[in-house]
Amino acid sequence: MTNQPQENSPVSTFRDRLLAGFRASEERMNGETKSPLHQVRRAALQTFETLGFPTVKHEEWKYSNVTSLINKAYELEQPSSITADDLAPLQIPNLSGNILYFVNGQYRADLSRIVSPTSEVQILPFREALTEQSEAVGAYFSRIADFQDNAFTALNTAFAFDGVFIRVPDGKTVTEPIILRFITDARSNSVAAQPRNLIIVGRNAEVKIVESYRTLGDEASFTNAVTEVVVARDARVEYYKVQNDTDQSYHIGTTQVRQSDNSLFYSATVTLNGGFVRNNLNIVLDGEHCEAHMYGLYIPNGKQHVDNHTLVDHAKPNSYSNELYKGILEERSTGVFNGKIYVRPDAQKTNAYQSCKNVVLSPDATMNTKPQLEIYADDVKCSHGTTTGKLNEEALFYMRSRGIPQEQAKTLLMFAFAEDVMTKIKIDPIREYLEGVVAQKLAM
Amino acid sequence: MLTISDLQANIGEKQILKGINLTVKAGEVHAIMGPNGSGKSTLASVLAGREDYDVTGGSVDFEGKDLLDMAAEVRAAEGIFLAFQYPVEIPGVSTTNFLKTAMNEIRKYRGQDSLDAVQFLRLMKEKMKLVNIDQSLLSRALNEGFSGGEKKRNEIFQMAMLEPKLAILDETDSGLDIDALRIVAEGVNALRSPERATILVTHYQRLLDYIVPDYVHVLYKGRIVKSGPKELAFELEEKGYDWIKAEVEEAGV
Repeated sequence: MTNQPQENSPVSTFRDRLLAGFRASEERMNGETKSPLHQVRRAALQTFETLGFPTVKHEEWKYSNVTSLINKAYELEQPSSITADDLAPLQIPNLSGNILYFVNGQYRADLSRIVSPTSEVQILPFREALTEQSEAVGAYFSRIADFQDNAFTALNTAFAFDGVFIRVPDGKTVTEPIILRFITDARSNSVAAQPRNLIIVGRNAEVKIVESYRTLGDEASFTNAVTEVVVARDARVEYYKVQNDTDQSYHIGTTQVRQSDNSLFYSATVTLNGGFVRNNLNIVLDGEHCEAHMYGLYIPNGKQHVDNHTLVDHAKPNSYSNELYKGILEERSTGVFNGKIYVRPDAQKTNAYQSCKNVVLSPDATMNTKPQLEIYADDVKCSHGTTTGKLNEEALFYMRSRGIPQEQAKTLLMFAFAEDVMTKIKIDPIREYLEGVVAQKLAM
Repeated sequence: MLTISDLQANIGEKQILKGINLTVKAGEVHAIMGPNGSGKSTLASVLAGREDYDVTGGSVDFEGKDLLDMAAEVRAAEGIFLAFQYPVEIPGVSTTNFLKTAMNEIRKYRGQDSLDAVQFLRLMKEKMKLVNIDQSLLSRALNEGFSGGEKKRNEIFQMAMLEPKLAILDETDSGLDIDALRIVAEGVNALRSPERATILVTHYQRLLDYIVPDYVHVLYKGRIVKSGPKELAFELEEKGYDWIKAEVEEAGV
């Protein structure tokens, strides 16, 4: 056996491809490379180069191995021939509102419709916002989502060109929801996309936003999304994330939220399908009397892997956070829930609740849960609890004794378990659509 | 209707039923009494098809079919109903939705058409009166947060909806105050008919003041050690179970 140094291992290949991609994009930029924003991209790239992709030795990635994810030759800017007809089957019935399509990371004006008046909300492709809303972008971009310790956030920041910019002026209520549909067209090539979103919700403003991810085709895909959300005082934000990807898709998504006094952030993350999914939902309660609600549902089967990392950082007194994540794991799937709650020394009178409940239907499925509470204030109410178990046998027998066949009884029980989270989705057409998808996936 | 012959059942290694013989004909009400731990609830569970028990011997014939060969849901479709001693709370499933699913599955098994929403609601309204149960309770998650009395009334309500041939009531009287007991008993009595039979499993004679049985059986240590007319229940109420235990020990069983 010869002992030659390994060159061009696939891991370095994807990295090289990314670095080359970055240089290529710089060449197309002309003068823009000198802009302050691009300096942030450069710094982020440097951080990414230093950090490299995380390994399972990294505490935050202990149960989520990205080796196979970064082992593939993704096309960084893959054009797509997708048309409105291709998207027709993906439409959600009865859904009205602003619907924006991004295909392989790029905004598609031809497929999108923006119905809300600009007096209510400014919705722009991120690329356009860089010039048209440069002040707001400069004020918040990369200020909410820190990339210093996070290779994927750094990578996304380095490639922050496409995505959406949403700004709700003070006092405005956006009546129609804003639906962001990120479509990955992996029908003919392996694709990588890195959407970057910036959402600024002004004082006493209100908005509902949905981020939905969908992959088409059997080739591998890699999505590395970062969304920054600024919630000004007295603002109210509903934020939903829905993932329905393929077994060949890898999704890493970070949503970083900063809330000010008296604001409300209400979120639900529903993972229907995806070969590898890692969601980071990080909320800093940087104000008093804030409320943060986090709901999550994941129903992996096959060899799917779903990892939800959440962080609530109570930085100021008198705020409330509540979290409920539920999972149903079938076959050989794996799940991870890591929920951190920080209560800073200043954050007296904090109320923080966390719960993660799982049903594991197969002996080959695994769920890893890790609640982490770090409490530095003494006058707080915090609770957490995780459960992982099988379906309730007593309930199954009860249902069967009334004539409901076993398989159907199981499906009913699982659906009821999931419904706990589904009912938290307040946009009716989306909830109804998702209930249908969940019911279909859970049907035995 | 039901013929139980030498039925033996274990839970794990422990034998609970040691050879039960019992015949129930259509139109009859049988009370099964006995001290705690005698095997009463086990018998009810084995008849309903609970899989925690291993049937190690004997047979059960229900209307000419081998009951022990059927899955729990098939037994229900064939007309067996067990009112649970401890009805299970099922979050997220409303009683209404649950019962509609159950009824239509049973109808499917019997080759009947599904009930539509209107037919189902009409039937529900009719049966609700029987046990004095409120509509709002039925739209809530099944048994979740129900009081003991509400749970038992819900059991009888479900029984009224499903109209079983053989109803088995497992300690339905336990934990009920006298008013709730009367309501439950009235519900059961309303369902009595020449085509149907009932097995009442109970520790106390109290329920039998309201539902008068045709036969009373005493179960002790996994066997029926004494059977008699309804008067046997009064005797048990007066003298307790000790004299029966003594009789059994004396006989050297």
